[in-house]
Amino acid sequence: YMKSNLDFRIQFLQELRSVSVDLNNDASLLIDIPDALCERDKVKFTVHTKTTLSSFQKPEFSVPRQHEDFIWLHDTLVETEDYAGLIIPPAPPKPDFDSPREKMHKLGEGEATMTKEEYTKMKQELEAEYLAVFKKTVQVHEIFLQRLSSHPILSKDRNFQIFLEYDQDLSVRRKNAKEMFGGFFKNMVKSADEVLISGVKEVDDFFEQEKTFLLDYYSKIKDSTAKAEKMTRAHKNIADDYIHISATLNSLAADDTTANKKWVQCMKYFFITNKLEGRVASDQDLKLTELLRYYMRDIQAAKDLLYRRARALADYENSNKALDKARLKSKDIPQAEDNQRQCLQKFDKLSESGKKELTSFKGRRVVAFRKNFIEMAELEIKHAKNSVTLLQSCIELLKSN
Amino acid sequence: SSSAHLPPPLFPGLQLRSQFVQDFFHVHIFVSVQPQPASLPAENISTNSNGPKQDLLFDDDPEDLFAEATEEVSLDSPERDVLLSDGPSPAITPITPPTSVITPRIGHSHDDMFTHSSFDEIEEEEGGDSFDIHISVSDPEKVGECTASHHYKQSLGNIPDVEFSVKRRFSDFLGLHSKLASKYLHIGYIVPPAPEKSIVGMTKVKVGKEDQSSNEFVEKRRSALERYLMRTVKHPILLKDPDVLQFLESSELPRAVSTQALSSAGLLRMVNKAADAVNKMTIKMNESDAVSEGWREGGKERESLRDAREDSGELCMQLSVNTAQFAKSAAMLGNSEDHTALSRALSQLAEVEEKIDQLHQDQANADFYLFSELLGDYVRLLTAVKGVFDHRMKTWQKWQDSQMLLQKKREAEAKLQFTNKPDKLQQAKDEIKELEGKVQQGERDFEQISKTIRKEVSRFEKERVRDFKTIIIKYLESLVQTQQQLIKYWEAFLPEAKAIS
Repeated sequence: YMKSNLDFRIQFLQELRSVSVDLNNDASLLIDIPDALCERDKVKFTVHTKTTLSSFQKPEFSVPRQHEDFIWLHDTLVETEDYAGLIIPPAPPKPDFDSPREKMHKLGEGEATMTKEEYTKMKQELEAEYLAVFKKTVQVHEIFLQRLSSHPILSKDRNFQIFLEYDQDLSVRRKNAKEMFGGFFKNMVKSADEVLISGVKEVDDFFEQEKTFLLDYYSKIKDSTAKAEKMTRAHKNIADDYIHISATLNSLAADDTTANKKWVQCMKYFFITNKLEGRVASDQDLKLTELLRYYMRDIQAAKDLLYRRARALADYENSNKALDKARLKSKDIPQAEDNQRQCLQKFDKLSESGKKELTSFKGRRVVAFRKNFIEMAELEIKHAKNSVTLLQSCIELLKSN
Repeated sequence: SSSAHLPPPLFPGLQLRSQFVQDFFHVHIFVSVQPQPASLPAENISTNSNGPKQDLLFDDDPEDLFAEATEEVSLDSPERDVLLSDGPSPAITPITPPTSVITPRIGHSHDDMFTHSSFDEIEEEEGGDSFDIHISVSDPEKVGECTASHHYKQSLGNIPDVEFSVKRRFSDFLGLHSKLASKYLHIGYIVPPAPEKSIVGMTKVKVGKEDQSSNEFVEKRRSALERYLMRTVKHPILLKDPDVLQFLESSELPRAVSTQALSSAGLLRMVNKAADAVNKMTIKMNESDAVSEGWREGGKERESLRDAREDSGELCMQLSVNTAQFAKSAAMLGNSEDHTALSRALSQLAEVEEKIDQLHQDQANADFYLFSELLGDYVRLLTAVKGVFDHRMKTWQKWQDSQMLLQKKREAEAKLQFTNKPDKLQQAKDEIKELEGKVQQGERDFEQISKTIRKEVSRFEKERVRDFKTIIIKYLESLVQTQQQLIKYWEAFLPEAKAIS
């Protein structure tokens, strides 16, 4: 088993969806990822679309897509000048199977020294972990698409349509696109200089406030995300540790000796709430850590918008200077005027759309936090109540014996 | 001083709280004596020279029991003067006079319960016993006066309850165990193991505030001592032992000279080594004995369990650190947040996480301690069982040796038949007769000890499981409390989350 790949196909349940909310409500374009295949740690997503729009050839269809296809889509959107005033939904992160892969490796190595019981248990846990990573990555890719489909402007993007509809391998098209754009603008944005954003003299109160807020918030949420990750991982380590102990106890119990059996039975009660601990850990991961992580990236996207606007402002200011210069020299005045007008137009456009985007972003963020906090609290309560029930029935059993 | 005999501390970085070795624990003994049927075992026993104190406990003459509270009852008796002052339990071979039943080794060979009855008889007598003895050990106090306070109170009915308390040092408990072990192990009784000097599970990884630990240490030691004494007095034979009685009643005990204490790690190693040794010997004995099977297996698992649990402590600490850090970070994020309700919810979340962290720390400490206790208990149990098996081995060996010697003598005698040495022949015949007696005795001894062990082990297992159950139930109840507290915290947070709009 260990030599072969961990291949499995997963069908998804509704419950694990959306860090964000209300993304898939518009019946004119409904997207989801119902199904995915994991092959050699490469994930193939099935993107399923249902639409009433005439721009599409069929009302319902599915295509296979890889992670790189999503990145391509994201990058082309970022590089599109027309969308400079929009918050481009953050690209989904690459599927990260490092942790379960390492565990699988360890399991394979330790196979000889482990008892059958222990081995089976650890294998089960390993599969569960693969599954968890898998579900997370599907969720995050799905949200990306749903953000696009629910955006009035981005949903109409041609490349988006191609992504959804093109029933052949996208990788050829991707290569061509790369050659075209060369990732120039993307690199520029990536090296967004916060100094530039904060250095530019802001003319608009709204943006001034947003800038201050977003810069500060970003650093805080980045920190919280990292700390939440550590906390979740520590929680998970404990749950894993229990598994190892349980397996050892089971081996001990498997001995055909009464003294051991009775004692082991007692010891097992120490670990009775293990499974639930594991679930608590993974729910926390999903509702809290993933939430923070997502909005950290979303805020980065908002910052990118601010950056682009700041650039446009800088360009506008430069064009003003150039116009003054031209007027002084009485040379090339029409071009300078033209340039200045265009810069202003661009800047105004970015400001207007930017304002809309940032306002709706705030609303979206608040709603998402609310939803996830409520769900997290409800899940924690549910798990604790289950623990109590389990424990009390154990106590009853022990007392009655 | 006894410290020279002690192994190095298990956790060198940890203060070993040696002052507690000197502190006195109050031992409260409650005896309620029930009206007894005609065949009063107590009377049988009191005919033996176990000292006047025995009479006080089991004599149903009410007048004696109304003695003044401060009156010192003379507890001295010749038997008590004999102490085992020769270091940690030496390898014991029973001094068996050829015709007597095995007697426990107490410096003198004298009349006591064993000379007149076999174990079986005593068991039957115990069926008639109807007194209830309960022991509680309360908190220690600093070195001070050691006066026993005996007070007797009248209760309903003819025969009043007896309640008294004495002060004992930790080393006294260990001393008692040492004596009992040397007296009874070699005839097959499983002597309840004593608490350890360096308590394992006195967490290497301490999660939480420092000042908790000293109270916890005391509490753990106290409850361990209580359990130890209760087990000892619940053992029908041990309760009647003069050393036990002296321990329970004497106003002052001479200091135990040396007390052997091993760390749990040491015990574990010993048990596992011994398991292999006994394994081989059992095979040699050519006897399939289910009783000795019980604890041979599982050495590797036990050790990995112990290691695993220590790792768990580290992991718990890690979670605690990370949770606290996250809580701080969430609070800062809440400060940054410009949406009021969300900001408040984030601060609330930070608070909840902090509270949960504290809750987990407390639980982790309880976990760790209880688990180590249980594991330590189990290991000590195995040691005690191992002790009796060792003696069974020796008894068997002795028997075999006698048999072989007899064989040789017979062969020699046969040879002598053909020589003309009537004196030597007679001598040989005499020797053979003596050896035959020895062989018979050896066989009887072996059968006796085997029988005793079987009974002991099954009785012992029952008690052990009952003990463990009590501990487990307590633990599970504490878990329930933790979970219920968690529910409270999250239920308080929920409306805050819902208030975000």
